[in-house]
Amino acid sequence: MEKIIAGKNITVNEEGYLTDFSQWDEQVGEALAAEANVPLSARHWEILKYLQNEQKNQVALSIRRIGKSGVTDIKEFYQLFPNAPLKTATKIAGIPKPASCI
Amino acid sequence: MKHVVILGAGTAGTMMANHLHHQLKHPDWEITIIDEREEHHYQPGYLFLPFDIYAPEDIIKTIEEFIPKDVKLVKNKINRIKPADNKIELTGGNEIAYDILIIATGAKIAPEETEGMKGAEWQKSVFDFYTFEGSLALRNKLRDWEGGKLVVHITEMPIKCPVAPLEFAFLADSFFKHKHMRDKVEITYVTPLSGAFTKPKATEALEHLLHEKGINIEPDFAIEKVDNERKEIVDYGGKIIPFDLLVTVPTNKGDELMERSGMGDDLNYVPTNKATLQSKDYANIFVLGDASNIPASKAGSVAHFEAEILTDNILRFVHGEPLKEEFDGHANCFIETGNGKALLIDFNYTHEPVEGSFPFPGIGPLRLLKESRMNHMGKLAFRWIYWNVLLKGTHIPFVSATMSEKGKHYA
Repeated sequence: MEKIIAGKNITVNEEGYLTDFSQWDEQVGEALAAEANVPLSARHWEILKYLQNEQKNQVALSIRRIGKSGVTDIKEFYQLFPNAPLKTATKIAGIPKPASCI
Repeated sequence: MKHVVILGAGTAGTMMANHLHHQLKHPDWEITIIDEREEHHYQPGYLFLPFDIYAPEDIIKTIEEFIPKDVKLVKNKINRIKPADNKIELTGGNEIAYDILIIATGAKIAPEETEGMKGAEWQKSVFDFYTFEGSLALRNKLRDWEGGKLVVHITEMPIKCPVAPLEFAFLADSFFKHKHMRDKVEITYVTPLSGAFTKPKATEALEHLLHEKGINIEPDFAIEKVDNERKEIVDYGGKIIPFDLLVTVPTNKGDELMERSGMGDDLNYVPTNKATLQSKDYANIFVLGDASNIPASKAGSVAHFEAEILTDNILRFVHGEPLKEEFDGHANCFIETGNGKALLIDFNYTHEPVEGSFPFPGIGPLRLLKESRMNHMGKLAFRWIYWNVLLKGTHIPFVSATMSEKGKHYA
């Protein structure tokens, strides 16, 4: 489906995740963060860039991996993106919601 | 003579030995399977043991009785795999060379990964049911537990048999009803997922059942620690859930052998091609069952479907033919829902579990994603099938290794 984010027509899935990363830019990120009530600081951006980079390298994202990434620890990750940090952060970063293996 | 070595004589390794010994025969081939243990456990039985539905003798047999006579069983601990030399180093120093290696060393719980989990309350008010010892200790606890807050908890994904903790919650509801003490027990299901399951349609059906049975659900809970003194679990976001009895599924990890051999990921699972089951790093190494990192369920049914496909691929590899990218993540799981009923789900990498009939489209007799007595009979019959059909590598009639879309109600 299409959604207007930061004045642009963006394709998202039913949960609001971008389906085409090429449509993402920092304004889109800011708008998605505002929607999630997460004001973005420089620290947030470091983590968002890290997540995008991991996604680019096709690394499966998990809370555990982020905790061991050296970029942040799990405690801080929760402080920066409260409640469900990985889901919130990936949405803002414009990358797919991590598939938990079953 | 060429040599196939299988590491691990659990569900996956045993099935593989039974498949391959028909195909790779003396004098051209020798097959060896290595496992240090004596006993083969029917792991799905760990779910029933705490509720006195199965007794220990129902779920334990020897490893030996399921290994074909022409396959050599080596009972020894493995020190490490030396993939560059095509050798296995046993504890004690002996080495076994291989031409083809199959890794089937499974996954196991690692409660030490979570602060306080294996603390003072371990097996007093904090239990697992993913080991025989844990399940038996929990049975003894439940026999005279007087009630209170029961918390059923998943630490992190992936875990073996991802529906088992849900089944535990359902069976607990049923168990306490039969003991006429359901009103004394508050059951809460705590999960790191955003709902009861990872796939939307099954989540909906399962959450409906949780609700119907008066089981609370706490989603998105990423545990930081178990507080043994206050009897609480605490998550990174600061959420606190008190318990009188905590039944947890600790972090699951692959065998430490992978760490010693430098072959695993951060949870000791072996990076594996999800369609061919070949190791990503070594062409003559294949990975079967829970030991791999493929995004399929860690379940016996998956290992069973994989074993059929892997047998073909190993023969192709032997003949120098390209491997078939055939495995689709097919899983087929009964979900006990208590009171003599069960659900059945059938799914793969791309198709979520939906309603329908199984295995015969439009006929059944099993119903997908709906509670029925027939499904429960299927689950109980499965123990017989496991010992007598599955481990022997016999094809289960009408159930194909890749998933069938027929008889299923996709929207």
